[in-house]
This record gives sequence, structure tokens and C-alpha cells, in this order.
Amino acid sequence: MPMLEVRNLTKIYEMGFVRKRRMVAVNDISFDIKEGEIVSLVGESGSGKTTTAKIILRLLPPTSGNVIFEGKDIWRDIKTHEELKEYWKKVHAVFQDPYASYNPFYRIDRVLHQALELMGIDPRSTEGRNMIKEALLYVGLNPDDILGKYSHQLSGGQRQRIMIARCWLLKPKLIVADEPVSMIDASMRGAIIKLFMQLRDDYKTTTIFITHDLGLAYYVSDRILVMYRGKIVDQGAPDELIKKPTHEYTKRLLESVPTLYKKWTWE
Amino acid sequence: MSSLVSELENVRAYYRQSFGNITRVVRVVDGVSLKIFEGDIVGIVGESGCGKSTLANVMMMNIKPPLQFVDGAVRLYAGDNILELNKLPIEVLRERVWGEEIAIIPQAALNALMPTIRIRRLILDIVKSHDPDVDENEVISRAVKRFKEIGLPEHVINMYPFELSGGMRQRVVIAVATLLNPRLLIADEPTSALDVITQKMVLKTLVDVYKIGIIKSIVFITHDIATVRQIASRIVVMYAGKIVEDGPVEDIIAKPLHPYTDGLIRSVLTPEEEVRKRGIKHIPGQPPDLANPPPGCRFHPRCPFAMDICRREEPPAVEVEKGRFVACWLYMKR
Repeated sequence: MPMLEVRNLTKIYEMGFVRKRRMVAVNDISFDIKEGEIVSLVGESGSGKTTTAKIILRLLPPTSGNVIFEGKDIWRDIKTHEELKEYWKKVHAVFQDPYASYNPFYRIDRVLHQALELMGIDPRSTEGRNMIKEALLYVGLNPDDILGKYSHQLSGGQRQRIMIARCWLLKPKLIVADEPVSMIDASMRGAIIKLFMQLRDDYKTTTIFITHDLGLAYYVSDRILVMYRGKIVDQGAPDELIKKPTHEYTKRLLESVPTLYKKWTWE
Repeated sequence: MSSLVSELENVRAYYRQSFGNITRVVRVVDGVSLKIFEGDIVGIVGESGCGKSTLANVMMMNIKPPLQFVDGAVRLYAGDNILELNKLPIEVLRERVWGEEIAIIPQAALNALMPTIRIRRLILDIVKSHDPDVDENEVISRAVKRFKEIGLPEHVINMYPFELSGGMRQRVVIAVATLLNPRLLIADEPTSALDVITQKMVLKTLVDVYKIGIIKSIVFITHDIATVRQIASRIVVMYAGKIVEDGPVEDIIAKPLHPYTDGLIRSVLTPEEEVRKRGIKHIPGQPPDLANPPPGCRFHPRCPFAMDICRREEPPAVEVEKGRFVACWLYMKR
């Protein structure tokens, strides 16, 4: 049984008050994700990839269709606040702007404390403090440099690593990462990407990567889904996809992504 | 050897920030020497904050506070004339140099186009700022001709900027920037706000204006090495306000010399099998605070090969092979 099943998912945004305009953001998409898989949703801006992520995270209700996580329909079967908390323990989000994920008035320790509280561990107990230290070490940060600071005192790479340390604490089954490295300097990206792969290797953490960067998707994923205008138009293993793209859009995308080792002919 | 177009000699340009009586001097361009030759497409790469955009402004001598030009020489070779840009008053730069000899395509194209006036008015305003008595019809027909050359439909000239897509807008900016046939075009991240398919279209337009000879040389500023690899003939790598490596594109991609260049190239992810074989690398640490840069080589705190001398003395740029310059103690013959 797949860990996550997305069935005929559709999201229509309605705009305007009197005369309503409809925009189909996600148009009848279906896919499965197995445990331990890293799957990328690739598409340009407006292709519906973030809308899909938000529906899976249970932040945005779908217009129709189902999202089934571990056999439960998350939009039908989760009713109480307790159940929702349980779901968010298992499914964690990492967003694009690591600065926006923090409240600037609190020390960054707070996001880690909240994670522990969600698990019912007192963050001030010895156990809790040790877990926080262990989590920061896991993501390659020195706890003494980090704890007690405010988010503006840290670099983008450090902030994003702390979000992943939070993931390590909660050990979610599924991480939904929406453009997690696009605001991080090129020389630091590798470290962040490796952390997601490390989590998968150590804990079989399943990851959905939402990105516009085909190069990133190619490197991290086991499978790539290409979204275009709300539909999944192409999918496959990375090497298969770049060698034999089936849809016209994927072909055009592959022709347009600048490559490092092959030079364009500029026809 | 082809002729020089632009030359920077030991240029220093600092940002001076004052908070009450505390002054912070951020050394963003610190002792940079660079020669741009006719026919060059030079890609200047580096991470955010390394001074590459400031360098673009210095090449034009577009210096606005808090940026200050400290010392050095900025020369522009216009035929037989050598213009010492750093000695010219701003009025002369504005009337005679910018747009005519050297032009810039800024990063945000939408901001470069005034939203409340049509493209036609904008073009007339720009040309009139150089020559108030110019014949309007002639300017418009020249602009329309340029639009056709770069594949823009003619009617764009009567449109407002918001009626155009991002890629079209950026191409309008290219057409406008090259209207007076400048020798040198500086493109500061011209494609970074566009999706990849549009990006390639804009890059193609840039290559086209170069190929048909409207402009002689391009300086392309970006953080994206893969784009530079496709468009440039030469790469200049900047780190913390200094040039660390300069050489032909193919050579630098195949065999980067400076440890920073190596780390930067190995952190690039493109959908190619070579990337998977090569793996991904990152450079530990962060770029230094340019108000208080480390002594010696500015990269030494992050460098895996740092030696004693790197911590003490700044490495000079040496030519290790023909046309390949690197500023690193690893390549000094002692």
C-alpha cells in the first residue's frame, strides 16, 4: 500500500464577488508515493505545485478529490483537533523562506521547543535539552552557536538547517519541502540537500520536493512529476525523464535549462 | 589580440554607512583590475554580496551614495579616445557616455519601464535626453527596426509595460538599452526573475544583438554558472570584493583552479548525468563581513587547503596559463 495516495485532486480558486472568475489551479491529478521515496513536483510558477503541497499539508481544502495518507482520507477522516495534531506530527513542512518560518520576537529555540511539546516532552528537562542538542548536531550545527539567538542573527542556511533539525526531532513520516533551497546561496545548497537524503537513508523519511529547478529535482529524486497548467504531464525516474521526455512541455523545459557540461548550439 | 573596450585598474569602491557616530566601511569592490576586450562576452559570477553588481555600477561610474569611489582608474576606450570615466563629471557621463558607449540592463525589467507611459514615449524621452533636437519619426522607425531585429512584434511600441509578459519586457529593455549602439552592454542578472523557457528566449536575444554587431562586448553578471557557461566566452569569479579567478569558460568549467571556483562549480545542479557522477559539494562557512574582512586571502577561513601564508598575505593574481589568471597561493611558484 502506498504511503500517500492522491486521487483526482482538483482545486478551483474563485475570484471576484459579484461576477466570479474561476481559475483551475490543480486539474484532476493522481499519484502515489511509497515509503522512503523522494519525489519531486517540478513546474514553472503557476503550474499548481504549491497548491498541491498545501492540500497535502491540510492547509487548503481541495475542490474535489482525495488525499489518502496511511489509508486515511485527510480531508474526510480527520475531524478533531487531536487528529489534526497527530497528522501534523507525521507530516512536516519545510518552506522556501526560512526567515518567514520563525517569529522574529522569539529566540529560535522556540521552534524546537514546540516540536518537543508536540511530542509531549518537556523541553526544559534534561532529556529535552539533550534531544535539541542532538538534533542540531545531526544537521551540522554547533548548539552553542545557535541556541539563544534570534532568527535575524543567523544565515539563511542555518535557519533552514534548524527547520530540518525540527524534522529530525519529530521524525515525520513525510516531509513536504516547498522550494527549500531556492533562497539559499549556491555554495550552501549542497549541504541542505544532503540532509534530506540523509533523513531518508537513516529514517526512511519520505519527501515531496516542490521545485522549479529541474537540476535539483534530477539530483535528489527517485521520481519526478512534471506539472504544467495544473496537470501532471510527465513522470518517471530522473534519468529516464531527461533521456526520454514524452510531453512537449518537458521537452521544451529540458531544452531551456542551462547545462554545465554540454554547450547549446544557439541554432 | 583584439582591442580593449573597458579597463578597471586597481579599483576600490566602498559603501559608507553611518549609525550616529559609528561609521562602517563595507569594502565591496576592493582592488579589482579587469580588462574587457572587443568581442568578449564576460560572465561575472559570485554569490550574493560578493560585489558583482557594485562592480557593474563602477564600470559605468554610476556611483550613488552610500557607495563611494575610493581610488583606481576606470577607462573606456571609444575608438581613439580614452575616456577616464572616474574623472568625468556626472553630466558628461549622462549625456555622452551612458547609453551611447556603455549601457546597462538592470535586474528588474519591470522597474526599468515607467508603468504609466507607453513604450513609444519612453523611447523618445530616453533619446531626447541625449539629443533634444532629434527627429521623432526617425527615432521611432529606428526603434521599430531594432524590435524586428530581436523578434519583438512592431505593435509593442504602442503598448504599456504592464500589457507585456516578463520576457517581452526584458526584451524591450534590451532593445531600448542598445538603441544608441553602445560598445559595451552590461547585463545585471537579466534573466533571474523569469521562468526557464523565457530565460532562454531572453538569452538568445542578447546573443543576437551581439552577433549582428549592435554591441561589441557583453558583461553578464549572474550567480548562475550554467547560464554563463552557455553564453560567455570568459568567466570572472568574484569572492568577497575581489576577483579570484579569470579565464576562458571551457577551461574553468573543466578544470577550476581556485578552491572557491571549484566549490562553486561543484555545487551547481543541472539535469545531466555528469552531475550525478560528480556529486554535489558545498563550501562550509559563510562569506566574510566586508566591513571587517579576514587578513590575507579572504577565502582562507573556508578553504580546505589554507596554509600559513594564506592567513598572512593576500595572494596576487598570476597568469598560470595563457589567459588564465588565479589569485591563490597554491599556484604561486616559489
